Order: sequence, then C-alpha cells, then structure tokens
Amino acid sequence: MSEPIIRIEGMNKWFGQFHVLRDIDLTVNRAERIVICGPSGSGKSTLIRCINRLEEHQKGTIVVEGIELTGDLKQIDNVRREVGMVFQQFNLFPHLTVLENCTLAPIWVRRTPRAEAEELAMEYLTRVKIPEQALKYPGQLSGGQQQRVAIARSLCMRPKIMLFDEPTSALDPEMIKEVLDVMVELAETEMTMLVVTHEMGFARQVAHRVIFMDEGQIVEQNEPEEFFYNPKSDRTKLFLSQILSH
Amino acid sequence: MAADSQAGGRRQGAASWWYDPKIRAIAFQVAFVLALIGLGVYLVHNTLINLEKRNIKTGFDFLFNPAGFEIPLTLIPYSVEAGSTHGAVFIVGLLNTLLISAMGIVLATILGFILGVLRLSNNWLVSRLVGVYIEAVRNVPLLLQFLFWHFAVFQSLPLVRRAIPIFDTVYIHNRGLTIPKPIPQPGFMLVVASVFIAVATIIYLKKWARRRQDATGEQFPVFWVSLGVLIGVPLLVSAAAGFPLTWEYAELGRFRFTGGLEIQIELFSTLAALTVYTSSFVAEIVRAGILAVSKGQQEASYSLGVRPAPTLRLVIIPQALRVIVPPLVSQYLNLTKNSSLGIAIGYPDLFNVFGGISLNQSGQAIEIVAMCMVVYLTFSLLISLYMNWYNRRISLVER
Repeated sequence: MSEPIIRIEGMNKWFGQFHVLRDIDLTVNRAERIVICGPSGSGKSTLIRCINRLEEHQKGTIVVEGIELTGDLKQIDNVRREVGMVFQQFNLFPHLTVLENCTLAPIWVRRTPRAEAEELAMEYLTRVKIPEQALKYPGQLSGGQQQRVAIARSLCMRPKIMLFDEPTSALDPEMIKEVLDVMVELAETEMTMLVVTHEMGFARQVAHRVIFMDEGQIVEQNEPEEFFYNPKSDRTKLFLSQILSH
Repeated sequence: MAADSQAGGRRQGAASWWYDPKIRAIAFQVAFVLALIGLGVYLVHNTLINLEKRNIKTGFDFLFNPAGFEIPLTLIPYSVEAGSTHGAVFIVGLLNTLLISAMGIVLATILGFILGVLRLSNNWLVSRLVGVYIEAVRNVPLLLQFLFWHFAVFQSLPLVRRAIPIFDTVYIHNRGLTIPKPIPQPGFMLVVASVFIAVATIIYLKKWARRRQDATGEQFPVFWVSLGVLIGVPLLVSAAAGFPLTWEYAELGRFRFTGGLEIQIELFSTLAALTVYTSSFVAEIVRAGILAVSKGQQEASYSLGVRPAPTLRLVIIPQALRVIVPPLVSQYLNLTKNSSLGIAIGYPDLFNVFGGISLNQSGQAIEIVAMCMVVYLTFSLLISLYMNWYNRRISLVER
C-alpha cells in the first residue's frame, strides 16, 4: 500500500476557550472517498478546513501529500495548490464571468497561458454540463449551476484532493440532484474526496468510508453498509435514527 | 363576501371627479406649477424694481474693472499695480479652490484608507484609538476645526525671526513655510517632456506585460518596473541636461525672509482641517467597503492556491471598490464645497476673494453669487456624471 495522501495525528483545535476538535487521528489513502457526517457543531467542517489551512490547528500534525502544515507560508501555498474545495455558499467571484472564475487561479498561480487556461476551463465546464454559461456572471445562474461552476473552478487547478463542505445544503431539492450527479461522476475518476454532507444516499453509493463526528471527536468510522445497518455506538444510532426517520 | 360588495357599492355610488386619482394628480401639478411661476415672476420683478431704486447697474461689465486689492496666494500672474480685474480675481479664486480641493482629496484619501484599514485591525488598542479619532473628528463641526488648526496649532508656531530651520533650506514659522524657490534653466523643458515619455512607457509596458502573460503565462513585476521608470527616466534626462533646475535659497533678514518661496499658513490650516475632517469619513467608507466583501470570497481564493496579495488585488479590492467609490466621490464633492469655509481663516479661495471682497467692492451681488453657485454646481454635476458612468461600468450583472 502506498503512502497515505493525508495523515492527521493527535490534532487539536480551539476557538478561544471552545475545544472544537479533540485528538483527531485520520489517515486518507489515495483515491479514497470519505463522507463525514454528524450533528451541527460537531467540528466536521472545521476538520476539513484544517486540511487546506483555512483554519489553523493548535496541536498535533497534519501532513498532506508529504507536506506538513506548519506556519510556513510556502508549505501552505503548496498544499492549497493540491487541494480543491467546494463551499456550502459556492463563493464564486461575482465580478468575474464563469469562465474568468475558472481561469483566475490557473493563470495567476500555475502561470498558464490564457488560451490554454480557457481551453481547460471549457473542458471542465463541459464535464459539469454547463459550457453554454461560460460568458455569464454567477448572479445570472441558479444555485445548482453555481455550485457546478464552483466544482469546475476547483478542478481547473487539477487538484489531487477535493474537499466538499456541505455542497448541497444551500440548494433547492431539485438542484441537489444535479450537483450530486456531478460529484458521483467525479468519484469515478479516482479523485480523493472528503465530503461533509447529510446526503446518505450519496454516502452509500460513493463512499469507501463514513465517519461520524460528535463534540469534536471521531466517534465511529466504517464502511457504508456496516455504518448504516450495524452502527456500534449509541450516539451514532441516535443520530441515524433522527436523520433517516423521514 | 359582504365587505367586497360594500366596497364595490361605495365606489359606484360616489363617482365624483374629485376622487379620480388621475384628475387629482393633474390638478395638483397644475396648481403647483402656477404657484411656482407666480413666485418667480414676483421675485424677478421685485429685484428689478429694487435695483433700479438703488441705481445699481446689472450685467457682467464689472468683471473688466480693476480690482484694487492684493491676494496672498495666486497661481496666475496677478497684481494691483498692473490693474488686474475682478475677472482675474475670479480665476485666481477658482484656481485656489481647485488647488486646495485637489490636495485635500489626495491627502484625505491616503489618510482615510490607512485609518480605515487600521480600524479593522485585530490589535485592540489600534482599532480603538482609530475609532476614537474617527468619532471625535466626525462629530466636531468643521468650522471649529478650521479655527482650531489655524489659531491653536499653526499660529502658535515661532515668529518669523525665530523660524525653525530644517537643514537651513526650509523654515517653519507662524506665517507659513519658507522653501527654496525653483528656477528653471534652459533645458528644463526636456525634463518635463521626459516625465510624459516615462508615463507613456509605463502605459505601453502594462499592455505588453498583459499580452505576454496571456500568451506565455509569464508574470512581470509591472508595479516596481513602472516605479523605476517613473523616477529613473526623468533623473537620467535631468543628469544628461546638467540638472537644469537651480534653487534660490531664502535668507533670513531682521524680520522677514528675502528670496525663496513663502507658502502661506492659511493654506496649511485649510488643508489640515479639510484633510483630517474628510479622512474620518473616508475611513468609515473604506471599512464598510472591505467588510462588505464576504469572508467566503477570500477563503475561496485562498483555497484555489492564490496568495494573499493577488487575492487582495484580483478578488477583494474590485468588489470593495464597488461599495467604496460612490460614497467616496460624494466625500470629494463635500470637501470641495467645504473649502469655502476657508473664508473664516482667510484662505483666498473663490468664495473668499470673489464672493467676499469683489462683491463688496463692486456691489454686483446677484451676478457674483450666481457665478459662485454655477461654479460649485458645475463641480457637483461633473462629479455626479462621473459617478453614474462608474456605477454603470462596475455594477454586478444579475439576471
């Protein structure tokens, strides 16, 4: 087995006095797809935001692609180039067109010639099925379309890892499917994915492993089948009964 | 329903024309316009009769009569002996207003941006201190601040004969600042021309760097190279021409300086008051602009691997400017209008020299006040035209 792509050991984080992540140990292998769930405030978003250093951890180690995340700004830059992220609120740049959103980072970070960057962007926009919207502004698109642009924008940096922070939570029910479809297709490309979501259908279909977090700790992790039909801890059982009851 | 039928019945029953909203609207508008015309006719008629009674001649002939008073600060040749006219006073005042406004706008913008950013600082002490400064300065009447700077600060500087020397070239005293006077020698025009050449080079450089980046992806440090060109080219040309600018140094006599150039204290008082007052508003505008860009924009940019400096330039600032520029421009406009308060401490701006002294001498109140109003109105209209154009250009496209 090759070296894990993400290795987290004994990681702790505090927001002021609040101990948000407690002794997190997590190893992610190449091409592994992990779904993280748990009640709100359990630290799941904070956990994945630590992986690309949008949040700073105070104790323990995080190693991504062989690069340890410390205060070193160069290391942080190198990690962020390899890690894409999709946000709950899309966070597209409203003053740029869809195409410019996708080409900004390749041009300014990877120093790609514009024509090449645009070609790449069109390729990914085609993959998320909205090449015809390339010249529109984010404000002209529906929520589902915006989230698909956000996915394409991240992919244009050709990341090795994709982080999804509740990508469907801000969407209307009909738009959830179009975004999940794109994510399922992405899963088929052997991308390493960490997805914070409550879409249990997606978890069953795509995930290799499901992680349940509560109060800043990883309570339980298992393969989807085992996790859903044979949960070990009472806390997991309670959580599952609540989200699967209707 | 019962209520519906009742309402309907009433509408049919009382069909008086007076209750028709259309007719009412027209009637009110006609009445208002008639009243307005009546008032206008009355005012003009009344004024004409009064002017005739007092034997005051109307018209703009006075602009060609000599004005018999000195002005301490003039950007164009002006002297009583040469018989400069009220028309010249108008131009001098206008230029002085533009001068103080332009300097005030530049300084208030720089100071305001720094303060606005500092107010957002994570350092408790810094943000509180700036907060206190802003609240204090914003809430003290501007006229009071003019008087404070003039009488409490600048006039308490040492007398001319005890002026504070800086390297024996510049002198600070309670009448102003005495500096060496630049005297251009032949060949100085070359240096001036080289500045324009440098600017043209920079514009070309920017285009070239963009084309090259589009084609090859290579980035070019446009800012630093531009700075080098802007300073280096004129310096080189000036050295090649044998430094064609000499300085006449001021000599301190018994009571006053001979030679050199004296910049009046009123200019500094006015500039300080306008800059400090306006900077507090600019700081609040800048703070609001930066806060208006959501944290998610920065996070999205960082997560794409874009570093903090380009994130600021490509993502944050373009969005913050949308919020900052319209109110900022209206602060510029305020500053320009507020410069007329310089009359309180004797800064010779348009309203002081033309609206004050020329008016007293010529008695042409209506013409002069009208001309002043037209000037300030023109500034306002130009600035709002620009603002509308800018807003159209940058407004977000939605739907």
